[in-house]
Amino acid sequence: MSDAAVAASPRRLRMTVIGPILALVLLVIAGALMNPNFLGWDNVTNVLARSAFIGIIAVGMTFVITAGGLDLSVGSMAAFIAGLMILVMNSLIPSMGAGIPVILVGMAVALLAGLAAGLLNGILITRLGIEAFIVTLGSMGIYRSLVTWLADGGTLSLDFGLRSLYQPVYYGGIFGITWPIIVFAVVVVIGEIVMRSTAFGRYCAAIGSNEQVAKYSSVRVDRVRLMTYAALGLLVGIATIMYVPRLGSASSATGMLWELEAIAAVIIGGTVLKGGFGRVWGTVIGVLILTLIGNLLNLTDFVSPYLNGAIQGAIIVLAVVLQREGKART
Amino acid sequence: MGDAVTVLALRNVSRSFGPIEVLHGVDIALRPGQVHALIGENGAGKSTTMKIMTGYQPPSSGQVLLDGQPVTFANMGAAEDLGISMIHQEFNLAEQLTVEQNIFLGRELKRGPFLDKPAMRARTRELLDRLECRVSPDQVVSTLSNSDKQMVEIAKALLRETRVLVMDEPTAVLTRAETAILLRQVRALREAGTAVLFTSHKLDEVEEIADDLTIMRDGRVVWTGEAAQMDQHSMANAMVGREMSDLFPVKAATPGEVALEVRGLSVPGFSRDIGFTLRRGEVLGVAGLIGSGRTETFEGLCGLRPATGEVRVFGQPARIDHPWQAQTLGLCYLTEDRKTRGLLLGKGLRENLTLQALSKFDRGLLDTGAEERALDQAITDFDIRGHRGAMVGNLSGGNQQKLLFAKTMLADPQIIIIDEPTRGIDIGTKQQMYVLIRRLAAEGRAIVVISSEMQEVIGLSDRILVMRHGRITGELDGDATEDAIVRLAMGVTPTPLKEPA
Repeated sequence: MSDAAVAASPRRLRMTVIGPILALVLLVIAGALMNPNFLGWDNVTNVLARSAFIGIIAVGMTFVITAGGLDLSVGSMAAFIAGLMILVMNSLIPSMGAGIPVILVGMAVALLAGLAAGLLNGILITRLGIEAFIVTLGSMGIYRSLVTWLADGGTLSLDFGLRSLYQPVYYGGIFGITWPIIVFAVVVVIGEIVMRSTAFGRYCAAIGSNEQVAKYSSVRVDRVRLMTYAALGLLVGIATIMYVPRLGSASSATGMLWELEAIAAVIIGGTVLKGGFGRVWGTVIGVLILTLIGNLLNLTDFVSPYLNGAIQGAIIVLAVVLQREGKART
Repeated sequence: MGDAVTVLALRNVSRSFGPIEVLHGVDIALRPGQVHALIGENGAGKSTTMKIMTGYQPPSSGQVLLDGQPVTFANMGAAEDLGISMIHQEFNLAEQLTVEQNIFLGRELKRGPFLDKPAMRARTRELLDRLECRVSPDQVVSTLSNSDKQMVEIAKALLRETRVLVMDEPTAVLTRAETAILLRQVRALREAGTAVLFTSHKLDEVEEIADDLTIMRDGRVVWTGEAAQMDQHSMANAMVGREMSDLFPVKAATPGEVALEVRGLSVPGFSRDIGFTLRRGEVLGVAGLIGSGRTETFEGLCGLRPATGEVRVFGQPARIDHPWQAQTLGLCYLTEDRKTRGLLLGKGLRENLTLQALSKFDRGLLDTGAEERALDQAITDFDIRGHRGAMVGNLSGGNQQKLLFAKTMLADPQIIIIDEPTRGIDIGTKQQMYVLIRRLAAEGRAIVVISSEMQEVIGLSDRILVMRHGRITGELDGDATEDAIVRLAMGVTPTPLKEPA
């Protein structure tokens, strides 16, 4: 029976590898047929830039899920960090003036807050042994509530002078490629290398596929897990740094449902929800598929854009069904 | 036995997976009221043969005959409806349900639209009593020991009033006493006219209970006939296809410096006040019944469970709270449970091999070339057979065990604790493991072997510790008798495997 499984595994691999790529290609072809502007430079960069926030977070989420965890708090965390960042920057203007240094301090605050929030999640999960789902469900509520409180139920707006200074981080770039796309690309490349070729990536997959085996193999399970949450928190910080200059504000609606989009992208990309196997490039494809659907619906009158969520939902379920079909074949 | 009545038989059955044929023209016939043993090395095709007989897999060619008539089972349920049951090596129990719910799963007794709980309870208790199994019908299966789970599986099969009962290594996880109970049940089934087919790596059991015997090697039947014609030695020879020399290598210990000193080690809930000394070059056997706390004690020692006590490694006081700390000190524990604690079944050979010593291959990025070379080396050194690109879950038990061994040795431990080194592996591989263990000792490593097989403990060890109820009840020389060990392990006289007539 062993030989059968061996013979069948390449085919299974091919199916799960090709599946997401095929879906993406089909979407692109459909888009190109429906609207000639679809493949235009403006639309392509628009899609990529919109993908960047969720994408950067989803790369971190890939590691968390691969190691058998989950983080529901990332959307609220982004909103909280955005609010915190704006408050700190605004409050520094009287002493430091509305200049680049203030923005740099704001960025540092975002990174530190992200790292701290990720560590907090990770410590609660690994040291106290509470289910990741519960811990991050809790912190999701806490951060969402904190940002609402900070904004006093309204919107926190970045000082107008700072806003124009900070805006190039979202709208500017080099060679016509905007910064969010560049940062996203760098995060993806690093993420892919870490997942594929480092001990850390290998440990994540080992812990996710069987925590007991990892423990018995002298892997420092808790530390690796903690690091996945910390890394995700840091990436949420980075995503927020790219996001704040876009609107220059934060409210209780900021980052709404990002956690679900990020998780969906990871799953569509072929990472196993139960952990044990993850691929960063797949996550990128997942993010692109989700963004493209929204984009397509906006560009065509074919289907109401209000049905965006329904179609995304259907795709998520379909992706998981396809994964399972692939498995059943062995 | 050609013209005797057969209830279930295979005639010239072959089975291929893709282009690879794994069974070649197998003939086997089960007679009612007879116990038929099927033996062979891991990978010889025993499991596949059993699965074809019970409808889990169809044959690629050849026939399955039931009462002399060719049958095709639409699925495994179809075979069960015809009175053919199989008990798998891996338990087929719903872990979160109770014993009673498991036994009646899918065939619940009903009164009107409601479950008839009193009737099911009574029937469950009766079956468990017959098996001399002391678990309560209300107990949740996940809380049972392996041997009790096995008994529940058997109770399930008994309920089905089967004509043919096929058991894949039923005694692999059973203690001696439990094995005796099981064999008694098998005899009772035989009396009732059931045809029983079972596999076992324990040849003494085969000799003890089998009426008919079939020996397989490399997907072929190499010997079949009445079991009485074969003794254990000739069985082993036929299985391996060559003359089996002495199973155990010569003990040539020259004890060196003290490697490990343990004083007052306690693992809450499992063992108390454990103390011993281990020297380089020495093999220390740890005997005792399943449940005597052997595994937990040594897991506690290696930081796998909470433990208290004084441990010195090469003379230095050591504090070990995590397995990686133990490994840093050169102390490694090889688990008895290779499938759920030892190996990542869904991953390849290379990833499994290097997991424990991954830092050796970490040059910022992992050096996969070096990993591949390590795998080449391990395949040669440990004689691991199987497709190089295979998932580890698809390797045979023996090859998994060798891989687990290779994986641990890659970390180059100086003190190695090996828990059940040969559980569920065939005799040829066993011999290789024994040679390996002795070679490691000869290299100057200090070794602890925990084993439930008395012969193994005696054959391998220079000294033997016997545990009972979480305490060390005695220390014996390597040439101790089985009797002496059993006495210490049970606190009473040994349970005979053979039933008084």
